[in-house]
Amino acid sequence: MLTSFMSYLGSQFSPGVAGNQLWALIYILIIFTGVSVAVIAMNWIERKALAHFQVRLGPMRVGPHGLLQPIADALKLLLKEDIIPAEADQFVFWVAPLIGLLAAFTVYTVVPFGPSQAVSDMNIGILFMLGVSSLGVLGIVMAGWASNSHYPLIGALRSSAQMVSYEVAMGLAVVSAILMTSLNETGTGTLSMIGIVQAQQQQGIWFIFKFFPLGLIAFVIFAIAMVAETNRAPFDLAEAESELTAGFHTEYSGLRWSLFMLAEYAAMIAVSSIAVTLWLGGWLHPFPNRLNAPAWEFTFSLFPALTFGGLAAIAFVGVKRMPADSFFKIQRAGLAVFAALLGLLALLLLVIAIAGRNADTSIAARFREGIDYVFWFVLKVAVFMYMFIWYRATWPRYRFDQLMKVGWKVMLPISLGVLIVTAIVGVLVK
Amino acid sequence: MTPGMAPVATPFFFYLLSGLAVIGGVLVITRRNAVHSALALIVTLLAVSGLYLMLYAPFVAGVQIIVYAGGIMVLFLFVIMLVNLERTVKERQFNRIWPIGVVAAVALLGLFVSVYVKGKNLFPEPRLPLAEANNTQEIGVMLYGNYMFAFEIASLLLLVAILGAVIMAKKRI
Amino acid sequence: MAEITTLHYLVVAAALFVLGVIGVLTRRNVVIVLMSIELILNAVNLNLVAFSRMWGNLHGQVFSIFIVVDAAAEAAVGLGILIAFFRNKETINVDEIDLLKW
Repeated sequence: MLTSFMSYLGSQFSPGVAGNQLWALIYILIIFTGVSVAVIAMNWIERKALAHFQVRLGPMRVGPHGLLQPIADALKLLLKEDIIPAEADQFVFWVAPLIGLLAAFTVYTVVPFGPSQAVSDMNIGILFMLGVSSLGVLGIVMAGWASNSHYPLIGALRSSAQMVSYEVAMGLAVVSAILMTSLNETGTGTLSMIGIVQAQQQQGIWFIFKFFPLGLIAFVIFAIAMVAETNRAPFDLAEAESELTAGFHTEYSGLRWSLFMLAEYAAMIAVSSIAVTLWLGGWLHPFPNRLNAPAWEFTFSLFPALTFGGLAAIAFVGVKRMPADSFFKIQRAGLAVFAALLGLLALLLLVIAIAGRNADTSIAARFREGIDYVFWFVLKVAVFMYMFIWYRATWPRYRFDQLMKVGWKVMLPISLGVLIVTAIVGVLVK
Repeated sequence: MTPGMAPVATPFFFYLLSGLAVIGGVLVITRRNAVHSALALIVTLLAVSGLYLMLYAPFVAGVQIIVYAGGIMVLFLFVIMLVNLERTVKERQFNRIWPIGVVAAVALLGLFVSVYVKGKNLFPEPRLPLAEANNTQEIGVMLYGNYMFAFEIASLLLLVAILGAVIMAKKRI
Repeated sequence: MAEITTLHYLVVAAALFVLGVIGVLTRRNVVIVLMSIELILNAVNLNLVAFSRMWGNLHGQVFSIFIVVDAAAEAAVGLGILIAFFRNKETINVDEIDLLKW
């Protein structure tokens, strides 16, 4: 087993392609842990960011600045009574959140965090991601039906009709990005996620800027469609509290509801990673081909350490600004510990960046490269996550008929037009 | 470019996936509740998609997941929810001549079995594993080459089906 | 049974086909009959893809894509007809839909 552990370490391929199941399992565990931590962090950031947008403070009590609020929420949901409506279909009621969760988490098999940092680089990667995320609709439909009450049923029907409608525009925008991968010498494109980012590296341009403004329009179409696909504001008619009493997950309580929430946030991160891979260059740092002198590489590799150092500094300033009352002693201590942890992480990343600064094949250099790739990918996805929260805070909700009208009458023709014009321009440029 | 993928535990996955497919098929035709049948059909479709992956057909597997499991089954579930009557669950599920149907199907199965037993030599061993890395490109070349006419007719068929479904299901024409 | 040959896949496809035929011939619920038809089409697809692997070319796979397209179209129109009928007669049992004009 040790040989199978060590034999993968020099490989340039993802564990699935290299056939190494142990490392595939390790990557799966890391991704699962990472996504769970990201969902918890998203929960906190959403509440604090929404609150600050609305000129209030958000959770402040549960930990320093509410940092332990998601944990308290999770504990509350775990300890709540599990209510199942009497006339509900028991099996389907139980299975629906599982299907949603499975569909949301299975897509992470092909998400490319780096050129070999994916669980398995399938050569139909983007097709797989689109297909499995369309299985999430089934979970919603079954949840609404199994609750045997009319608000969830209407909410599920509306939500699934919306998801299915925006999947079409999403798919066409994706196809126009895939078309851009085939604009190389051999004329063959690829559906594999790692191959798409490598095509952007080879063509020296992020696809959002390619054939300006075509890439940008395709990206904007995808960005709108992905918000509608995950039932987030302003397209959250199906699950907003003031509209349909929480829509399809009305009758779900406690742990089952938290499974839906987990599936929703995981799906948000998944579609954001599709957008990042297809248009924003995945794991590539800005100007990947122009700025690749060793000095620039070293500068870019300091970014993870600088980011965590910045976060640690913000937390430290928060500690200083807390009132020096004995009432806040525990909160100050907690926040100071958090700041110290972030600072330690920043220091660790700095050590790795300095130790691996030559582009050789030593362990430190490969670690540094891996961390750099993952950092840039996660940074771009984090920007998208913040945009999701920003949309929720800023825009009013679409009415359902307006939503369907936009999906079919505006997005579909524009994405078809972008696809056709991209194809024509691609042929003319050759 | 990619290293050769040695099939690992192939008989295990084959028996698992085909067992899931057949059990799903049995559940589809025997459940009283149409939603349970639809769920069993989804399991069957996903298992068959896995079997396609084992047959070196990743693109068809992807199309199966997107179109069949993600599209057609959602349509089925919508319609089941719309026409769901309480009394259908309590009524008689099989029609009156069901023994004849079963006998006919078993005769068909006997025919299949006799063909497969007698004609074992008709199905030779696969010559080479199909190249998986450019499966999509090759299918694209064929679709736009040999099968161009069928491709266009398929798109016309879909247009007619969309029109037909909308007109049939509208309240007032 | 260490080697999975084409015949194994053909047997699975035959089993699915026969299950679909039983479903079409015996069930009363129209939606379940339509789902059994989807089972039959899937069995045919599995056959085609297994033969495509056996012969080493991609004709079987391309044809199976067309069958998937066809199944989608047929499911949509069939369910549309079912909805139209259900609105008039309030039943979804096959043996109660037996009048040309009422």
